[in-house]
Amino acid sequence: MTKPILVRNGRLIDPASNTDAPRDLLVRDGKVAAIEPPGKIKAAGAEVIEMRGLVIAPGLVDIHVHLREPGQSYKETIATGTAAAAAGGFTTVCAMPNTTPVNDTPEITRWMQSPDRGAAIRVLPIAAATIDSRGETLTNYAALKEAGAIAVTDDGRPILGDAIMLEALRAATDHGLPVIQHAEDTRLTGGCSMNAGALAFRLGLRGMPVEAESGLVERDIDLVHQVPNAHLHVAHLSTKKALDAVRAARKAGLHVTCEVTPHHFALTEDRIGHYDTNAKMNPPLRGESDRQAMIEGLLDGTIDAIATDHAPHAAHEKEQEFDRAPNGITGLETALGLAIRILHLEHKMPLAKVLALLTTRPAQSLGLKGVGGLTVGAPADLVLFDPAQKWIFQAADSKSKSKNTPFDNWDLNGRVHITIAEGRVVYRSA
Amino acid sequence: MALTRAANRKAPQKSSALSFFQQPIHPGSAISATDFSVPDVRRILETADSLENQNPFRRAERLAKRRVALLFYESSTRTRTSFELAAKALGADTTLVSSLSSSIEKGESLKDTGITLKALGAECIILRSPYSGGPYLLARATGLPVLNAGDGMAEHPSQALLDLRTMVQFLKVPAKAISDKALRGVTVSIVGDILHSRVARSNALLLPRLGARVILCGPPALLPETAACMTPGLILSRDFDEALRASTIVMMLRIQAERLAGLSIDLDDYRARYQANADRIAAQAPKALIMHPGPIIRGMEITAEVADSQQSGIAQQVHNGVAIRMALLVRALGEQKKGARR
Repeated sequence: MTKPILVRNGRLIDPASNTDAPRDLLVRDGKVAAIEPPGKIKAAGAEVIEMRGLVIAPGLVDIHVHLREPGQSYKETIATGTAAAAAGGFTTVCAMPNTTPVNDTPEITRWMQSPDRGAAIRVLPIAAATIDSRGETLTNYAALKEAGAIAVTDDGRPILGDAIMLEALRAATDHGLPVIQHAEDTRLTGGCSMNAGALAFRLGLRGMPVEAESGLVERDIDLVHQVPNAHLHVAHLSTKKALDAVRAARKAGLHVTCEVTPHHFALTEDRIGHYDTNAKMNPPLRGESDRQAMIEGLLDGTIDAIATDHAPHAAHEKEQEFDRAPNGITGLETALGLAIRILHLEHKMPLAKVLALLTTRPAQSLGLKGVGGLTVGAPADLVLFDPAQKWIFQAADSKSKSKNTPFDNWDLNGRVHITIAEGRVVYRSA
Repeated sequence: MALTRAANRKAPQKSSALSFFQQPIHPGSAISATDFSVPDVRRILETADSLENQNPFRRAERLAKRRVALLFYESSTRTRTSFELAAKALGADTTLVSSLSSSIEKGESLKDTGITLKALGAECIILRSPYSGGPYLLARATGLPVLNAGDGMAEHPSQALLDLRTMVQFLKVPAKAISDKALRGVTVSIVGDILHSRVARSNALLLPRLGARVILCGPPALLPETAACMTPGLILSRDFDEALRASTIVMMLRIQAERLAGLSIDLDDYRARYQANADRIAAQAPKALIMHPGPIIRGMEITAEVADSQQSGIAQQVHNGVAIRMALLVRALGEQKKGARR
């Protein structure tokens, strides 16, 4: 058994219990053993971490990451991806199924969760909604859930057919699983590598229209109307039009949740500059009005979660012509710093609310039990950070195998000092 | 251990290591028409004049034995030949690498091809790429001056400069008079498949900065509304006859069948609305200079009578390519060989 850890004199922020107060916290046997006002916990022999008023929060929860295993371990492994997650303050990540082969079986789902993978933190697999994510035949939802899958999706290969999407919603509802959709009508985005508009025209690149996203969200919401109790979760929402559709669906009482990435509230398409492929991802960076709509949706609560869509790619893949480079950027180590800088400091969102978007609310949005909060008896998943500390993110120092980030050399606010997952220190800043 | 507050810590230091996309672009590169300031444009046109008039034997000393690589991933007649003739006229050694006879066929990346050419001693690379932005990648990978001979749908800056030289010759504006007002009162219509045209983009980004009014004219499928937002000074028109009446200079463009990507165009309707034919030109723009970057598709966007008429500047455009490209090579490589090169 590892030594108990006493985290002392912290400002404990736990959105789940609406706590923001000076507290000590004792970790023992992988669990939160006690939470008390300062000085109340006596724990002889425990390692003491003196917080001096810095924040103790529940370990962050990222419901959208690509860990690239099995099959693409030159980009990332479960071990390196979760090490990056730990450095970013995360203690739970949900891994997308677009691996090689696609995670469409209980065997792969279990393989991903095996201790042999060397994960630093909790990995919850999201399984493919259809076999090989081809949008034709449903996978076995009962068996996948039994193996540990927490949702189904064909992320990156959206389910376009109405009938198969309806079938997926029905089967997922029967098994208490959310269906996550990467909302992109790929019939409108062939050959496209950025947002449609004046900049795409100027750069000579084909653009993805906003309607390719909002159209599929609207279609999916129509289908949710037909399936009582269905839960649709919209991945990485990026447009005002799609957000408005989600808002209306919620008003109509439907169970529709959504997430937004840090890059979609931090950046616009201008970041592409001279064809920088570290600003190429799908959905693409949009214009300023869409970015502002994302911030508004985060502030008013329509958006349930911040999720990184961490998508590592090797340097040789990104150092290509813009149209040829793969979509995606890394994001686990910059999410908290960007959220604090942009939402808390620039837009005055209370810190507890920022943390809720990275803990309780993502956990709730996918129905994850026992993560995202701090209660006595629960697994000791914590992040200890200084919300006021400014630092400069250096891609070269990243724990991820890949360095494809548009935030290299960015000033961020809020530095993670220690991450504890199930009672073990999994990250300690240098 | 104890955690300390931000105030007690030293300010973090910025690292000096640059990642790939932060690598500088060689200032002698010509990748976009926006790379040239108005004084740059004046100097390039002046250099083109002086090189064109120089004794060929003296001229061949300007870049004697300098090494220039032509890297062509797409077919080309005019651009490739004129860059090659320009380099040779200045005394440089040239080598042509094309996608069908090189390791590109075996899957070598643009970055690796560039590094290979640099290791072989190339001091400047002229690139034609089917991908928009390809020249930026090559310039970052090699640190060499890169001359963009056309990249995807994005830009073709040497074409815009040779077009400009053709225009100012027609307007009798001397190179030394190039300024932000040099083309005041001049209206240039660019007509046809603007969407897929790198020539249109480079011209549209260059001409308004010299005072010209630029009308982009074509059907919605080939000219989206957003085109006019590219830069200030652009006007969008769907009416070719109206655009012609306003024009001092008309630049016709080919429909780029190879880039249509599923778009279908009614060609008979297109001809009826946008073809430059003898009757239309005689009626609407009898004095305008008619230009075309080539290749021309006779009978499609332009008829033989117009292409071969007294009003046509097409052959002069091709002719001007050599002088402009000589000027760009001198700009990229300088006069003197600086130090020993590999």
